[in-house]
Amino acid sequence: MEVVDILVVDDEPGIRSGITRILRNFTVSYPFLEDDIGFNVIEAATGEEAIDIIKRSSPAIVLLDNKLPGIQGVEVLQFINQNHPDILVMMITSYASLELAVRATNIGAYDFVPKPFTPQELKSSIENITKHYFLRRMTRKLHREGKQVRFQFLTVLSHELKAPLNAVEGYLKMMQEKQAGESIDSYMDFIDRSLARIQSMRNLIMDLLDLTHIESGKRQRTLREIDLTLVARSAIETMTPLAIQRDVNLCLQTTEPVIMLADSDDMEILFNNLISNAVKYNKPSGWVKCSICKTASEVTLVVSDSGIGIEPEDIPKLFQEFTRIKNPQSKNVTGSGLGLSIVKRVVDLYGARIDVQSEPGAGSTFTITFPLPGSDTLNDGI
Amino acid sequence: MASSRKTILIVDDDTDYLFQLKFHVEKMGFDVVTAESQREAENILKNIKPDLAILDLMMENEDSGFILSYKLKRMYPDVPVIIATAVSAETGMSFGISSEQERQWIKADLYLEKGIRPDQLHREILKLLKV
Repeated sequence: MEVVDILVVDDEPGIRSGITRILRNFTVSYPFLEDDIGFNVIEAATGEEAIDIIKRSSPAIVLLDNKLPGIQGVEVLQFINQNHPDILVMMITSYASLELAVRATNIGAYDFVPKPFTPQELKSSIENITKHYFLRRMTRKLHREGKQVRFQFLTVLSHELKAPLNAVEGYLKMMQEKQAGESIDSYMDFIDRSLARIQSMRNLIMDLLDLTHIESGKRQRTLREIDLTLVARSAIETMTPLAIQRDVNLCLQTTEPVIMLADSDDMEILFNNLISNAVKYNKPSGWVKCSICKTASEVTLVVSDSGIGIEPEDIPKLFQEFTRIKNPQSKNVTGSGLGLSIVKRVVDLYGARIDVQSEPGAGSTFTITFPLPGSDTLNDGI
Repeated sequence: MASSRKTILIVDDDTDYLFQLKFHVEKMGFDVVTAESQREAENILKNIKPDLAILDLMMENEDSGFILSYKLKRMYPDVPVIIATAVSAETGMSFGISSEQERQWIKADLYLEKGIRPDQLHREILKLLKV
């Protein structure tokens, strides 16, 4: 059996001994772990004493009362987050207020138990927090082993995949129950909305395929001399119907061939994603310009637009998976939230750099710079 | 009905969920006001006191629904709040309302899983409105 250290910080001896008693013979087991887990309770009566104990032997979990005689629980929480961010903290407090809850979550408390609590309530909280502790430990271990399992990614992904299914299911049920009357014409809006959700789910799946291709590194990359101008032109042709529909003028400013050693699928992904974003997040009578240039040491791709732009504080979030910057201008744009994180992965693969310049309301410019150190170095990177 | 129509505020960032819920709730005979974010809802609440609110939990942030519920209760303590969520079916790793003590902690009048049948929802609304 694996034993987890839990530090209980409370000035009431009764609470401390109560928790010790409840957890003494309590064990939990999870399907993903072979061993059962037991608990070893360490007690502290004040925040100061708790900090001493944490410095000496860092426990896995801290149950922390907020109302303490000396320093407050929230201060102990702050100390833990600054010095021992691995420790999971659960606040126990009778001074339960949502404000404290929100404040404590913001500075890193994992969960709360309101006082008074029943043994069962405490046990189920401990079970949850322990599960989190072990899942996190497993995730780290997998990361260390280089396995590409990412729980958080999968969680968000399942949410993103379920949302459109729920929406379409909702519309189908409304039609099945003839909620809007007998005439099929009354349901056209439902059908259009369902089709739009299905289309966006399809896009998400296509993007996921791109992402897994890049991630797995298994796909055969064929590095050969390709003409980037040709790739850009084909991406622009693909995007032209959407651009016409949105009243956006698309133009490729480079006419002469720009030759670089690269995989043509990778380059297609870059141009397709950047140009389609530039078209989607644009304005009526807007424009998108694409250019490519080559010097002795680098190749530069530039896609600029006259679109809605990006707030400075949103720029660091752009390349994270499933980030879709939400604002009134972008709310009607559909996207998987994966496009730019895919672009970033390709860019990293080639040892290239991506820069974003943007002015809200005026437009954005994405610049990708590939170093040209000679073909040997490039081959090493891929 | 003789009494004047009741107004229900629905807040959800999924426009289709919002559309469907609005459709169902209007069919029940209520007036509906909708918002797609915590921020938009807060602006509406400055001008309108709904008779009941149905809030999504995860919007701009994963606890937007809680915060909105808290703010709404501070402005209008007598307005019942339903928090609709799809999170409890997920991993349980995030700030959720999966356990009983969390339900006690966060002051909403009712938690509902998304995907509840309209007639069940109707019953819950009537119960909360005490009609």
